[in-house]
Order: sequence, then C-alpha cells, then structure tokens
Amino acid sequence: MTTTSTSAMGGIVRRKEDPALIAGKGRYVDDIKLNGEAAAVFVRSPFAHAKINSIDTSAATAMDGVLAVYTAEDTRHLGDLLAQVAVGSLRPLLADGAVHHAGEAVAMVVAENAYIAKDAADAVMVDYDPLPAVVDMKDAVKDEIKAHEDAESNVLLTWYSHDWWPGVFELEDHRPAIAAAKERDDVVVVSQEMTNQRLIPVAIEPRAVLADYNSGYGRVNVWSSSQIPHALAGAIAKTFGMTSHDVHVVAPEVGGGFGAKLNVYPDEMLVVFASKELSRPVRWTETRREAAYSTIQGRGWVGTATITGTKDGEILGYELDAIADMGAYSQNFTVAIPVLGLYVAQGQYNVPLAWQITCVHTNTQTTDAYRGAGRPEAIYYVERIIDMYAAAIGMDPADVRKKNFFKKDEFPATTAIGLTMDSGNYEYNLDTLLEDVDYDGLRKMQKDARDEGRYIGIGLSTYVEVCGFAPSVLAEFGFGWDAYGLPTSFSGSGLVRVNPDGSATVIIGTGPSGQGHQTTWAQVVSERLGIPVDAIRVTHGDTFESPTGVGTFGSRSAAVDGAATYEAAEKVRMKAAELVAHMLEASAEDIQFADGGAHVAGSPGHTVTWAEIAEVAYKPHKGPEGLEAGLEAHAVFSPGNATWPFGSHLAVVEVDPGTGDVKILRYVAVDDCGNRINPMIVDGQIHGGIAQGVGQALFEEAIYDENGNLLTGSLVDYPLPTAGDLPAFELGWTNTPTDVNPMGVKGIGEAGTIGSAQTIVNAVVDAVRPLGVTHIDMPLRPRKVWDAIQKARG
Amino acid sequence: MYPRSFEYVAPSSLDEALAALNDHPGAKVMTGGMSLIPLMKLRLFSPPLVVDIGRVPGLDSIADGNGHIAIGALVRHAATASSDAVASGAAALAQAARLTGDVQVRNRGTTCGALAHADVAADQPAAALALGATMVARSAGGEREIAADDFFVDALTSALEPNEILVEVRVPKAGAGTGSAYDKLGRRGGRSDYAVAGAAAMVTMDGGSVSAARVALTGVGTKPTLATATADALVGTDGSADAIKAAAQHAAEGVTVLEDLYGSVEYKTHLAQVYAARALEAAIAAAG
Repeated sequence: MTTTSTSAMGGIVRRKEDPALIAGKGRYVDDIKLNGEAAAVFVRSPFAHAKINSIDTSAATAMDGVLAVYTAEDTRHLGDLLAQVAVGSLRPLLADGAVHHAGEAVAMVVAENAYIAKDAADAVMVDYDPLPAVVDMKDAVKDEIKAHEDAESNVLLTWYSHDWWPGVFELEDHRPAIAAAKERDDVVVVSQEMTNQRLIPVAIEPRAVLADYNSGYGRVNVWSSSQIPHALAGAIAKTFGMTSHDVHVVAPEVGGGFGAKLNVYPDEMLVVFASKELSRPVRWTETRREAAYSTIQGRGWVGTATITGTKDGEILGYELDAIADMGAYSQNFTVAIPVLGLYVAQGQYNVPLAWQITCVHTNTQTTDAYRGAGRPEAIYYVERIIDMYAAAIGMDPADVRKKNFFKKDEFPATTAIGLTMDSGNYEYNLDTLLEDVDYDGLRKMQKDARDEGRYIGIGLSTYVEVCGFAPSVLAEFGFGWDAYGLPTSFSGSGLVRVNPDGSATVIIGTGPSGQGHQTTWAQVVSERLGIPVDAIRVTHGDTFESPTGVGTFGSRSAAVDGAATYEAAEKVRMKAAELVAHMLEASAEDIQFADGGAHVAGSPGHTVTWAEIAEVAYKPHKGPEGLEAGLEAHAVFSPGNATWPFGSHLAVVEVDPGTGDVKILRYVAVDDCGNRINPMIVDGQIHGGIAQGVGQALFEEAIYDENGNLLTGSLVDYPLPTAGDLPAFELGWTNTPTDVNPMGVKGIGEAGTIGSAQTIVNAVVDAVRPLGVTHIDMPLRPRKVWDAIQKARG
Repeated sequence: MYPRSFEYVAPSSLDEALAALNDHPGAKVMTGGMSLIPLMKLRLFSPPLVVDIGRVPGLDSIADGNGHIAIGALVRHAATASSDAVASGAAALAQAARLTGDVQVRNRGTTCGALAHADVAADQPAAALALGATMVARSAGGEREIAADDFFVDALTSALEPNEILVEVRVPKAGAGTGSAYDKLGRRGGRSDYAVAGAAAMVTMDGGSVSAARVALTGVGTKPTLATATADALVGTDGSADAIKAAAQHAAEGVTVLEDLYGSVEYKTHLAQVYAARALEAAIAAAG
C-alpha cells in the first residue's frame, strides 16, 4: 500500500486561501453582521496609576441610543481575567478601585452603534486620585514605588537556570565554576548591559469580538479575532458557569496575530456579559490607537550578558543577569515568557550557563507572547555578547561560534537546563551560509570599502529555537491550559473525512492568522490519500467543528496538529484500502493510492476513483461485511518532545557616519526546520519573521514617559518596517528532520524573528567598530547610531 | 476610531464651496483627507462641517504657464511627482512629492493640501519655501496671493483664513542656470516617512558663481523655515563643495530646533547642516 501524488508534501502549492484574501473577500469578524447588533466602546484611564474615587455614568446613560454603561460594580462577580500562570496581580475585567496602566478599561458603554457609544464614553466622568507610577523596570526592582499600591513588592519571582524547575531537574549550578574561570590568566571576561526594548504588536487586523448570547438555545456564539478559539471557549465557559459545549467560538479569517491574539482578553468576556444582560448581539472592534493599550505588548528586558572565555575562543561560561518587565498584570503566559527564553538561553553553544531573570510589575501595559516570545530576547543576548567576545579576542565571529557549537554527534543533546534537543547539525548549517555568501570574499569587500571611507558591516547570528509545544514535560510546566478548562492541554487535533463525492474535509484544531493552513493541511492529506489538493477543504478555528484544539502559536501547528492530521489521514487510508480491496477483489496490502484514486499494485490500468470508493463507504451493503460505514477518522497527537529548529543569518549593512543612517545591503538566512511541507509558505514565514526582527533592530520601540504615558501609541510614532525598507532576502536551507513526529517537521513561524534582530545589530556595530563603537541598544534609529559615533569619538 | 458627529457637503462648484465655508464657522476644507480624517478619528479635531472640494471642476490640473507652474488644489502628490513640467521647472517640489508617504497616500493626498496642513515635518513646505512659491487663496470675498515666506505661521498653522481655500500654488519656473533639489532623512532611515530633518534648495549659477540661493528646512523646528544665513553665505561663492560646507554650517541659525522622538536638538541641528549641504549640492549640480 503506497501513495504517490503530484501535490505531495514538499511541493510548492499556491495558497488556497489567497484568492479571497487578495480580492478583499475574506470574512473577518467585522464582516460578520447579526440582526440587532449593539456596539461596545471602553472608557480608558488617562493615568498610569490612580485611585478611582467615583465613576459618574449618569450623563452617558441618559444619552439617546445608549443601552447600558457597565463598571466593575457590575462585573466584579465574574472574577479576574483567567491567566495560565497566575503569579502576580491578575487583571480585573474592568478596573476596580484603581487603575494600573494608562489605557486600562474603566467602564464599558454599549449603544446602538459605536459612534454613539464613543460619544457616551466621552461623557462618563471618572474621578481619579493620581498615584506615583513606576515605569522603568530597574526602578521597579527598587520597590520605592509600587505598581500595585497594596502589593508587598513589584518583584514577582526570579528564574534561575540551575533551579528553574525544582524537583524535576537536578541541575548543576555553574556559577562557582564560572567564577573560578574568571580568575584564570588566560581568560578574558566580556560584559555588556543591553536592552531588548518593549514592542507593540501590530496585526493588520486589530482585535475584534462579536458575542451573541441566546437564552433560547442556551448557548453563546462568539466570533473573535483570536489565535486560540478553544481556549477562549473554555475561558468563557469557566467565567460564566457554562460548559464548553455551550460556547461556540469561531475565529474566522484572522488578519495577523503574532502572539498578541494568543491571549484571552477582558473585552471578550465583557461583550459576552453585555450580550447576556441585554439579550442582543454585542460587538467590540479595537481601534488602531486603542490597540496600543488594550492588547498585550512584547519583549521589554534589560540585562547584563557576560562571556568568560579563553583568548583562543573557548567559552568557559555564559551569564545573563536580567530584569523582565511584566507590565501591570499577569495574563496568559506573562511570567512564563522568560522561561521560553531560558529554554534556548545558551543558543547553539555547549557552554556552562548561569542565567537569572527577575520578573517585575510596572505601571505599563501587560507583556506576553510576541513572535518568538522570550526566545528572540534570549538569542539576542547570547549572540550579541559572543560577537563582542570575538572582537575582544580578535577572532572571526564565525570561528568563535563554531568552536563552541553542540556537535552533530552530540544529538540528541542535553542543554544546561536539562532539556533534550531533538536534532541539530549546526556547523554544517553555518558553513552552508558562509559558502553561499562567500564569507571570505565579503570580508575582503568590507576591507576594501573601509579603505575608501565606507562603513560596511557584516553581522552574523546563529540561533536555536524551541517550538511545537505539546504535552511533553515542557507543557506540564505550569501552562497546560488547565486555567481555561482545556483538559486536552497542548494536544493537536486532526479530523479527515472523505465525503460521498470523493472530496475530503479536514477539520483541525488550529487558529491560523495567515499561515496557510488550508493549503498545507490539504497537502498533508493529499500526500497520504492521493486526493487532489483542490478537492480537500480545510476548516479551522471553530470549536464546534473541531472536537479539540489549542490554536496556532509557538510555531506549533505543523508539528502537532499537522502530525495529528497526518495520522488521521493514515487511518482513513487503511480503511479505504479495505474498501478498495473488496471492490477490486484483491488484498488490502496490495492497494496503491495515486492520482485521485486507487488500484491494485501491478494493475494501474484498473483504477477506482475516490467517488467510487466513497459510494461503497456510504452504502454499507456494497462494502465488505462487518466494516463500519462512512470514511473518516480523528486523531489526537501528542509528541514526546518539542522540536528544536535552528539556523544562521547574515546581514551586510552600510552606515552613513554623517547621519547614522543604516542601509541593509544584503540579508541572507540559512534555516533548518526539518522537512518542509510547502517551501513557498515556509519562505513566507521566514520573510515576515525577518521583517519583524529588522523592525525591532532598527525602528520599533514602545516608549513611555516617566508618568507612564505611552508616547508611541499611534503608527505615526511607532514606525513599522515596510517592503521598501528591506532588501530582497536570500534564503537557503539545510534539512535535519526530527523524529518526534511522523512528518519530520519542526516549525518555522518564529525562526525569522529569532534569528534576525541581533544579526542587524551585529552588522551595524561591525560597521562602526573602527570608529570605536562596541554596542548600541535597539532600535538603531539614525539618532542613536550617530550619538554612539559621537560618543566614541569623544 | 470614531469621529464626533459632523456634517458633510461635496459642492460641485468653487463658489458653493466658498459659500459653505463662509456660512459655517469652523468648517474645514478636505481634498485627499490624508491628515484631516485621522485627526477627526482621534477626536483631536472635530469640525462641525467638512467641505469636500473633490468634485469641484477645474482644480485638478498642473498648468505650465508663462514663467510659473500652477498646481491646482486637487492635484495629487502622484501627479506632481510624475509631471514633466514640475520635474524640469520646479524639481525640488517634484522630489518632495515623490518622497511623501506611500503609494496610497501619494495617490490620494494633494500638494496643496499638504501645504495648507503645514505639518512641521512634511516635505512640500520646504520645497515651496526654497522655490519662492506663491499661494493663491480664494474666499467668498475674493482672491489674494500669499508668498511662501509668509505662509507657514506655526506648527499646523498657515496664513489661510478659515473661510479661504488654497486653490493653487504657483511656482516660478527655473530658468537657465537655476536648479533645485529636496532631500531628507526619514524616520525609518533613508528617505522614508516623515522627515527627521530635510532641506530644499534652489540655486542660480551665473558665470561660475552663485548669484542667488534659497534654502529651507523641514522637520527640525516649530515650522518649515528658510535658512537665510546659509543662503546668504553661499551667494557670491563658487558653489564648490567647500563653499557649500561652510555655508551649511549656518543652516540652523535663527531656527528654534526642537527635540522629538527621532532626534535631539544637537542631532537635528547637525542634520539641518548635512541636508542643507546635500540639497545645495544637488541643486547646484542641476543648475548645470
């Protein structure tokens, strides 16, 4: 029994979803209209930290068209917003007695339309007593001002690499050995404080949610621009005392998520509440400006990285002592994000590790997962400091990296924090990049340019990523989705049904936001069954369609739900083989599937089509006796480990020392995500990921003033990268499959972001190193590069 | 983003539009809406009436007239950027139009609208100042001309009266020996986005020396400003690289330089000098 197909895995298939998306025919939450809709608008705090003395809603309530104005008085009984890792202060659905970041929702107005609701929101009078705000995370550690006036401390906890999960991992504390190494004569110690600045996720579609509570059906229908519809259904059920099967959540087209929609939000609960109270559908659509206050932000670390190593490039210790800014409240993963960084703390290097990172509350918006989620931050620190170490000992940065790599024959390799990396071939991957770009030639070009007075820099970064989270040991670490009443944890789900006409329906538990799952999953099923990609319809993001699922995030969909779909398709194939064997009077082992049908091995001329197979499946009297009618299968997949993609990136930049302007001349990436299902889609993921990393490196920064006002809340002051700012990316691949899933795929959604920011910074610093510059904190806007040059020149 | 309630009219003639403005205090003219609509949606600005002049005939042409080029109120950035007449007769303005916003903004926003909006970091005002343009303002009471030098009053404030429409900008055509140019550093580096700092220059060369020069800055201060000290220092020189460099050192003299997210006072002062020099160099090269 074998299958061949022209649209099999590994083929470039045009995205099935694109005609609708490109033509503006995609259906997003805001395109779905219900009869009798009302609109919600929130009253938001102008202060970062204040006591609420009173809220006067009378003028707003009296306005024509206003249906209700709700405050914490009305919603307190629903409890705080659910969080997976409930450490620190949890967020009330509406501010209750005090506000803790600017833009926090204080009241919700529901009216006949959003314009009326906004007018009424402006008429809600809130009497505040402003309190001192703590904005800078370094100040937060001092505890002189408390972000939460009643809290004992701003400090939530400190993660230590040698003791991050007591009782599960017995780990060696590398600090004494590193301290001893620092005393050696043949050793240099290179140390640098660096900021990994806070970012504002900007999906092209802001968040939006529409809720329709129907007491007749005893059910609530919710459409939300979410990456995690099943978790949202669980959270709604838990909050409102319902069962998940009475909560139907649909994530229709989702216009970008990047982790920001990997959260359950208070507004999602509140529109359900209002719909229930008013017996009307209620919609809230986040405005672009509002998104900077009502959606989580990302990154926000400051820390000192130190490498202790010999003068010939042997690293004897890598240390990071950092603070991570949690913002005002703990939401879904908030305090666990640094742990995701810890997973890849040492990068590709088999070196002693001593990491500690302290999580603090500040009076700023909550931080949580943003593309890469801890891993870009972690890789940034190790890859910046290894470059500085290379410069300090006068060794080529590529050579230093190679000298300290985990070697191919060490896989599966155990990291300093006790995790097992599935597969890796780091030196081959980096060598592939260096050969692709003619690294020696590039260095010569750089030298020649310097002789002409041009400041060209070459930046290099390697990275290892961890993704495909599943109910392995990792997922049990505090975030198994129990808080949202999702007993399936991280398991993937795939249901494959061959329809009576011979087409196939695939229902998956993911919640994609542009990743091309309709195409990729069709390829997986087509590869197993031989049904053409065009005859396979894929449904996702619907909690009544897919029995289980946890959504799309953490580069997990292919490696987990994809594998489930693969296994479901395999079950269907086994059953179909029995049907065909009956039809062709052959043995099931001899049945081959190809080109839209099946035949007996050796007799390709005599083919039955999938429509003919389906007819037998759905008319049991025509099939083999005792075989159950129908032709579908569901599989739940739970891998034993995460997957560990990796890669090497290189940038060539030119700096104008007169203005500090940075121009990216080339960007080359050689990534390794194991087998690729659709190389074009994988390329696209890398493209977008690099763009986001470049955005962090050069442009983006959430800037708060000392009072906690966000100065960069609009896109006028929060510059995003555009295609015009970026060179044509040059991509190459190595392929080191994993054995933790049947397809050998690892995940690629975040790799581009994880690999890129420090590649750019390393290149810029390399360009201006002759001027005496050793480090510049991101974003490398022209003013900062120019300032650094002036400072270095004295 | 939800603006406050407002009235909207789209007159089919200029007289109707002028009457609407005259009759409704606080009414605001709209062409492309690229700046007005976001301000309204943020509720930073809430005019009771928007007078959309997009349907008024006769305002959408670029006239290559005798001695000057006239750009009508409805001429889009894209049209200004691609006009041969503007490119040859008023190059700095064509370059400013090319570097404005993105494709959608250039296809929608207008040259006159950007001038009337008087943003401190916009491209058009610097070019109009350097080129010595004339603004033609019309109201129900008649027409008047305002020199560019007098037009930019303060941040987001022009010399237009509330009941006036900027119906046209007239730019003197460069004669033989005259060249102009505009250049900027954008907020995302390169020439992207609003100007961190930018400069336009117009230079007339006569017998190997600079006989006339105008330089204007954008992005660095409270309003688009002429850099007269630089222009004065350059006139009479040979326009060499050294002469440009020396003159450009005076670029920020008399200018109130302000810090923002994209630059300190020191940096912006430095950039004013750098871009004054770059614009002058390109203008002199174009002067032939």
